[in-house]
Amino acid sequence: MSELRPDLAAIAAMIRPGARVLDVGCGDGALLEHLKTKNVDGRGIEISQANVNACVTSGLAVVQGDADTDLVDYPAQVFDAVILSQTIQATEKPKVVLDHLLRIGRRVAISLPNFGYWKVRLSLLSGGRMPRTSTLDYTWWATPNIHLCTLADFVDLTRECGATIVEAHALNDNGTTSKMNPASLTHGYLGPNLFAQGGVFLLKKS
Amino acid sequence: MTEAPRFLRPVTAPSADVGLAVTFQTPLQLDCGRALAPFTVAYMTYGTLNADKSNAILICHALTGDQFVASEHPITGKPGWWITMVGPGKPIDTDRFFVICANVLGGCMGSTGPAEIDPATGKPWGLNFPLVTIRDMVRAQKRLVEHLGITKLLAVVGGSMGGMQALQWAASYPESLRAVVPIACAARHSAQNIAFHEVGRQAIMADPDWKGGEYQLHNTRPSKGLAVARMAAHITYVSEMALQNKFGRNLQNRDAKSFQFTPDFQIESYLHHQGASFVDRFDANSYLYITRAMDYFDLAEEHGGHLSDVFRVNPARFCIVAFTSDWLFPPVENKRIAHALNAVAAQVSFVEIRSDKGHDAFLLDEPEMFATVRGFLNHAATDLS
Repeated sequence: MSELRPDLAAIAAMIRPGARVLDVGCGDGALLEHLKTKNVDGRGIEISQANVNACVTSGLAVVQGDADTDLVDYPAQVFDAVILSQTIQATEKPKVVLDHLLRIGRRVAISLPNFGYWKVRLSLLSGGRMPRTSTLDYTWWATPNIHLCTLADFVDLTRECGATIVEAHALNDNGTTSKMNPASLTHGYLGPNLFAQGGVFLLKKS
Repeated sequence: MTEAPRFLRPVTAPSADVGLAVTFQTPLQLDCGRALAPFTVAYMTYGTLNADKSNAILICHALTGDQFVASEHPITGKPGWWITMVGPGKPIDTDRFFVICANVLGGCMGSTGPAEIDPATGKPWGLNFPLVTIRDMVRAQKRLVEHLGITKLLAVVGGSMGGMQALQWAASYPESLRAVVPIACAARHSAQNIAFHEVGRQAIMADPDWKGGEYQLHNTRPSKGLAVARMAAHITYVSEMALQNKFGRNLQNRDAKSFQFTPDFQIESYLHHQGASFVDRFDANSYLYITRAMDYFDLAEEHGGHLSDVFRVNPARFCIVAFTSDWLFPPVENKRIAHALNAVAAQVSFVEIRSDKGHDAFLLDEPEMFATVRGFLNHAATDLS
């Protein structure tokens, strides 16, 4: 098995062994497959048929669907944790999606790119064009990322949704992760909102 | 033994051609309140049952299907109806799995149905045959599976009405199967589906040769009515786009419209052909009974409409397959099942396959469906060993 993406590894570390987990946008099932080693009872939602087939073939229980439209059909509090990795910025209604995640799972583990990352800021400032970075490598007119935000913006949204941040990790440039204090994201100009490429958060309903 | 009185069989199959058959003397208690005894289940098997009897897959056929899933049909001489899915090296691999397919109760290919002789009267059952349900069909299949000495099926697989039976299996006998593959189906028949079936039934019953259901006694067959029923139903099996692509407004064997009511358009003569070839192999009363069974199907009904409660604490794993252009059992109906299973945290996968072929896609060459079913069953079988 290939190594997990850093944000997925950080999310995996947040999941307790034996937990019942829903991975929304589970891709080819790499995280769910990894979580099997922790005896996690995993389920997935995935929009791409090819990915769903890959999951089904490897014995994962995955439903073809769309986070924007299908979460409404999931009952409340069935899962110990719901995972949304690198997807919230591509949803049509991020707040609605996050509200559903907080309803469906007792914990929500979420990773997202940071549009406040200094390279992104510098790219816009110096180039005068929509930034293209290694993690956000799309032209403005072809990007699936229609709702990009900074980590500070995201913290505001968690408050808006009535969520508490249980844990927060910065995704660093070099592929490492480091624990961060959520308060440091919304106070002052320096800190992870400027230096982190992305973030990983564990949330619960307040 | 005295020779039984002879009645014209609705189809021309000599009874020896229906494959294997087993007759049960213990009555089958039916949903309608009546009991059926004795009753026969005609079936076919493919592949070999392994020593611990853990490799059996039951395939449930659709409305007008039969037990000849992977071998030549005795009447039409056509290859098995799911030869693309079932056979050596196929997604449901008969080199590996022991495949069972039974003619449904109420059918006309050897299992007890309205065309068979009622032992109480010595005459064909006709409309005296009890109204059977999807659950009754499954009860009969369960008897067959037990008769074959199998306590736990590896999987139950079916499309359309066969998918309804697969769901019913999971609901009725969750401990008797490991995996369920309902394809292009629903947990209930919709108003639109019931409406189409009623049109078909009325066409049959309006045929003077139907004779109140006693056509066998009169040596007639309501072929015209049954053909119209088949024509109407066939429209629901294909998508608007598939019809348009295949036929458009093309004329059949003529350069100009005839200004008569003979079939001018290719689609008309295609439907006529569908109707005419169907009546050679299917019994009109069976068509009435089986369509009724589908109409009555509503899995959630006895759970106050809560589909999730049907599957509460279900150890089986499910793989639900839908086709985008299926308007008879649209993806949304298939997805309802997936959501109900999700709500009780059952192990469910759902795949929506892009196809322009409509409901019949499940019988056609759909590589994505094959890949899904193959992968799912392989994994279900591997987990076991």
